[in-house]
Amino acid sequence: MSETVGSLGAVRVGIDGVFYSLAHVPDLVRYGSKPLREIRANPVLGDELKKKLRDFNAAVAYAPHQAYIGNIAPEQLSDLPKPWYEKLIEGATSKGRFGDLFDQNSFYVRLAAADQFDLVSLETGWFQENGGRTSAHAPKLRSKTELQAVCEKGALPLYSRERLIGAFEAAHPEDASLAAEVLLENLAAKVTAAQSLRSVCKNLDLEPDELDFIISCSEEAVGDRYNRGGGNLAKAIAEEVGCVNASGCDVKAFCAGPMYAMVQAASLVQSGVAKKVAVVAGGSLAKLGMKFESHLKNKIPVLEDVLGSFAVILSAAKPGQVCIRLDSIAFHPVGAGASPQAMAENLAEKPLAKLGMKLTDVDRYGVELHNPEITIPSGSGDVARTNYLTLAALAVMRGQIVKPQMEDFVRARGMLGYAPTQGHIPSAIVYLGHAAERLRTKEIRNALLIAKGSLFLGRMTQLSDGCSFLLDCNGT
Amino acid sequence: MNFENQGVIKRLADQYGSENLTVVLGNGEANGVEVFAETVMEGDPSYAGPLAGVALKIPVYHILEDEVMSQVPENLREEKLQLSALVVDVDPMHQVLEASRKRI
Amino acid sequence: MLKRKKIIAIGERDGVPGPVIAECLEGAGYEVVFQATECFV
Repeated sequence: MSETVGSLGAVRVGIDGVFYSLAHVPDLVRYGSKPLREIRANPVLGDELKKKLRDFNAAVAYAPHQAYIGNIAPEQLSDLPKPWYEKLIEGATSKGRFGDLFDQNSFYVRLAAADQFDLVSLETGWFQENGGRTSAHAPKLRSKTELQAVCEKGALPLYSRERLIGAFEAAHPEDASLAAEVLLENLAAKVTAAQSLRSVCKNLDLEPDELDFIISCSEEAVGDRYNRGGGNLAKAIAEEVGCVNASGCDVKAFCAGPMYAMVQAASLVQSGVAKKVAVVAGGSLAKLGMKFESHLKNKIPVLEDVLGSFAVILSAAKPGQVCIRLDSIAFHPVGAGASPQAMAENLAEKPLAKLGMKLTDVDRYGVELHNPEITIPSGSGDVARTNYLTLAALAVMRGQIVKPQMEDFVRARGMLGYAPTQGHIPSAIVYLGHAAERLRTKEIRNALLIAKGSLFLGRMTQLSDGCSFLLDCNGT
Repeated sequence: MNFENQGVIKRLADQYGSENLTVVLGNGEANGVEVFAETVMEGDPSYAGPLAGVALKIPVYHILEDEVMSQVPENLREEKLQLSALVVDVDPMHQVLEASRKRI
Repeated sequence: MLKRKKIIAIGERDGVPGPVIAECLEGAGYEVVFQATECFV
């Protein structure tokens, strides 16, 4: 691997730490985009859905979740007995090496605490039973009768199993951008991102007030009817965590958002504009239960019951530190074409060639790492495997390996997917935590993270998109 | 198949006539292909979309099946399809689609 | 040649996307009346 290719040579920004949090919210699956629509059309589905929801212990002991929070290496998932939703991990804990799972009661309390506009109200008795903690902002409390009344007027009921424990109201009767469903999604992203950011700081003994800038790449559009995607959820998250010296802004690029956010954060550090930058993303409530019908049909539990979030802290590279290589950053230009070949050429082959590397010089690829137990029953296939085979196929076409070696390439440099289908979360960034550990122990020399974005879904362009960069260790 | 695309296909069948249309798919895996083919030939198997109960009988191919690939000019084939041909397992798709096409 | 000449191309992002199917079949002399790409995740 060349250190001095190009006029700049190796350009590195340090990854100080990363944290991945999962909020287990089974009684919010009904408000995912697909379940919400399907259950409104066919209420019987709502009852069927309830029967197939997991409890918190099952979510904790679920192998892909343990991999997500850092307790199981993703490379070992293929050795574990399947199906993972049946073969739960004994002795699994909700605390991970670089992540955690928190339960629905905790989520509801935080939701109310993060709400500054009295959108959320909680049932008085339930709140007292669940800690009854007051933060800077005490939640609005209501009796069960009062909750039922506001729900009849259109507020979203918040349930804990069959018990009505709260309500989420719209902020405006006519503004679709301030409808209860939209604000619930946005506030859920804020809460989950804040948990990851708070936790990464704690793990690093970093005070929130030491951060200069927060970039959020959450998927939600935060705004009102005059400015639907106004954004800057980042600053709301920063405030929630106590980053009093930081400002922030949002980066949005569909599922490739986190990778772009990392590029921009690293650029802020490299240029000296900011010293300590956080990249954060909250979970996507809209994607809860996206494939629930196929899970019900196949008689498996509803697996899309968690909100996935993450936070990364970046600062100037120190000796021996895991870093992002700015000289490796690759984009997918407008004229590049949407074929898998064009994507792989622009996001893997060309940037590697700039560093004097071949596809076979990469020790690990982090691609679209969606949990196959979620995607296969619904006909979406094994997304990670397809991505790995694409890289292997390009290596064959370039004569770096031969066709019979494709499976070896996938096995040696890839892994099974393990991220919840939250959109931006599985897209490469999910592997950063494990990659960093392997780099620190020198088990691997480098890892290439490649994310893709389906811009065509927004109907502004037919284009696909992607972003990639290499991780390695700074010299000692 | 998503409902928007089902709706468009229905509209195009009305506009051009099913007898003039062919659907060509680009799925990466076989299990999606079977559902898509059934949707377009016999009707949406989930009975939920615009093609629920509507049997258009439009033949369905996959871009990587020999019958289709062989017609694509060589330069385009090499640049745009060759890599996918190494990645996608076309045989099971071909079995499913060939069987469906025979039923038309 | 395929008997029915008007093509509806439904691609998949991680398989072969719609615009790619369209380009290949137009190159083969077909008329592509509609193309779309589905994304399953």
